[in-house]
Amino acid sequence: MSVVASFEIEYLQYLGPDGRLVREDLPEFALDRRNLVELFKQMLYVRTFDTKSVALQRTGKLGTYASCLGHEATHIGIGSAMQHDDVFAPSYREYGAQIVRGVKLREILMYWGGDERGNDFSGPPHDYSWCVPIGTQCLHAAGAALAFKLRGEPRVAVSCVGDGGSSKTDTYAAINSAGAYTLPFVLCIINNQWAISVPRKAQTGAKTLAQKGIAGGLDCLQVDGNDIIAVRAAMDHALQRARDGHGGTVLELVTYRLADHTTADDARRYRDDAEVKEAWEREPMSRLRTFLISEGVWSETEEAAWKEECGKLVDVEVNAYLETKVQPVEVMFDYLYAELPADLQAQRADLLKWEGR
Amino acid sequence: MAAITLIEAITQALAWELKHDDTVLVLGEDVGVNGGVFRATAGLQQQFGDQRVIDTPLDETTIAGLTVGLATQGMKPVAEAQFDGFMYPMIDHIICHAARFRYRTRGRLTCPMVLRVPWGGGIRAPEHHSEANESIFTNVPGLRVVMPSSPQRAYGLLLAAIRDPDPVIFFEPKRIYRQYKEEVPDDGEALPLDVCFVLRDGSDVTLVTRGAQVKETLEAAEALAAEGISAEVIDVATLKPLDFDTIRESVAKTGRCVIVHEAAKTAGFGAEIAARLAEESMYDLVAPVERVTGYDTHIPLFRLEMKYLPSVEKIVAACRRAAAAGG
Repeated sequence: MSVVASFEIEYLQYLGPDGRLVREDLPEFALDRRNLVELFKQMLYVRTFDTKSVALQRTGKLGTYASCLGHEATHIGIGSAMQHDDVFAPSYREYGAQIVRGVKLREILMYWGGDERGNDFSGPPHDYSWCVPIGTQCLHAAGAALAFKLRGEPRVAVSCVGDGGSSKTDTYAAINSAGAYTLPFVLCIINNQWAISVPRKAQTGAKTLAQKGIAGGLDCLQVDGNDIIAVRAAMDHALQRARDGHGGTVLELVTYRLADHTTADDARRYRDDAEVKEAWEREPMSRLRTFLISEGVWSETEEAAWKEECGKLVDVEVNAYLETKVQPVEVMFDYLYAELPADLQAQRADLLKWEGR
Repeated sequence: MAAITLIEAITQALAWELKHDDTVLVLGEDVGVNGGVFRATAGLQQQFGDQRVIDTPLDETTIAGLTVGLATQGMKPVAEAQFDGFMYPMIDHIICHAARFRYRTRGRLTCPMVLRVPWGGGIRAPEHHSEANESIFTNVPGLRVVMPSSPQRAYGLLLAAIRDPDPVIFFEPKRIYRQYKEEVPDDGEALPLDVCFVLRDGSDVTLVTRGAQVKETLEAAEALAAEGISAEVIDVATLKPLDFDTIRESVAKTGRCVIVHEAAKTAGFGAEIAARLAEESMYDLVAPVERVTGYDTHIPLFRLEMKYLPSVEKIVAACRRAAAAGG
């Protein structure tokens, strides 16, 4: 027998959990430490928002909410690497990436607060809304990438899916299509170790999730998803490669879901506190803080001031959300079709009648 | 005997069958260690082991396809679709295979499976967690479609569904999972899969409903009684095959029928009942058949969802119109 194909999966990390560099060949954006300070500030902003959102749910002011605690480096790294004209197809937890792309906190809160207007957000108008049917967004991103390629546009479609979602039929199909058509496509498999209660090891026999791209002919890389330098560098490379017409990439971003799956979940039923405690040792913010302070570009005083500022910024958004009036009930008809068919006019009228109008 | 909720009755029925039939197994997302996101399978993996109560990878196509494979090879799988809106990737396997194997192979391969589905709206859930999509399945030959509305009926119908030699889609109205408790003897006694339940006797109008709307419909019947309108309430817990005899006999007595369901109106299952009334009960009717249903829209996110669901007021109004029309 002879070997007809062989593969390997590389792992990318610059900043270790202790806040020290594990390699010196930093990507160019990281040479100017002010860029890293900006990323850290965005991460702290998202974490402040996330903490507040969970509190809103606990006090009955928000519906079920999916926390992004621990995913800050992954999400900000993805979003900050993208250009406005690229298209983003998220699942439902990647607020950091969306905020960087212009989505307002009040819009995220509206979505989880049971109001469709959250999906009509301030981010790029071509971006997709939150996607609950797991993995389906990956194929939409592949379709978007096909549109970009057919029209000769230098744009890239980026999709996010979880370790659980990497098992989804649609995710495999997206990988396959991206390879078959050499699409400008980046699939970010955000491996946070838990798909509600099912651990990563129970999802697949594959050693890495990155290697799922190999069968489709995509570039594959495993990245420390808690190291924003690595996430950003991997994204920059994958986006450039796609823009240059060389095809798609699968990035497995290894992180940890520090919170419950959603506020409707209780992770204590299925995972050990010891594991979560250990995961906190690797979380993304403390390592970056340690590094920036050691580099002399950040301080605890500056952080305290920024944290206070974040609190104020978040409060403004939360108040805007809380003050949003419920839409008039007929909106359930008014966005169904470009023009409401005659047969539905009677139902709409019946609805209004029950509203006394 | 302690009184239990509808969801506890589901757990009790699953445990009974796991205990008494070695070929029964439970599979789905988060059904094992976690005991299901609604707790329907709580404790079952601890009791019966991870070879009987199996967590699946996160892929509904996987769940449905594996279930068909298991069922056609001598097992009796009870699969869970975590939410109604997550069923759609399963449709290829349910419609193209589960429903057809007996027919396709002239009975050589059969598919004795159950797909349990937390169903319907009204729990302030995110998108795709609140759908009333049963009529997609009632239109498919070869399937049975069941929807219990009480702890006792959930227990007896789930036992029957698991024991049935053909595929059963078992919709569980999640809004009433924990609405009230009643005593449910754990005696392994199944209920028939093709008989409607008459929940209240009446003489002026027949209310035909199912699932979570049984609550609003019974409340409406009570309100109508106060104004001298006597309503009979029928729970169509077994949608397919349909026990139309019970409905026909009731309408022969009352001469009026109001159908209540939260699914969208057009081609919802109420349309089938109305059509059967037109075919078989035309000369018993003294008033037009009415449908009180969800609108032909997507169920809104939760700020507006209660405006979408049928209300007691809407049911009462329809019955008043029917009563007036009949003179």
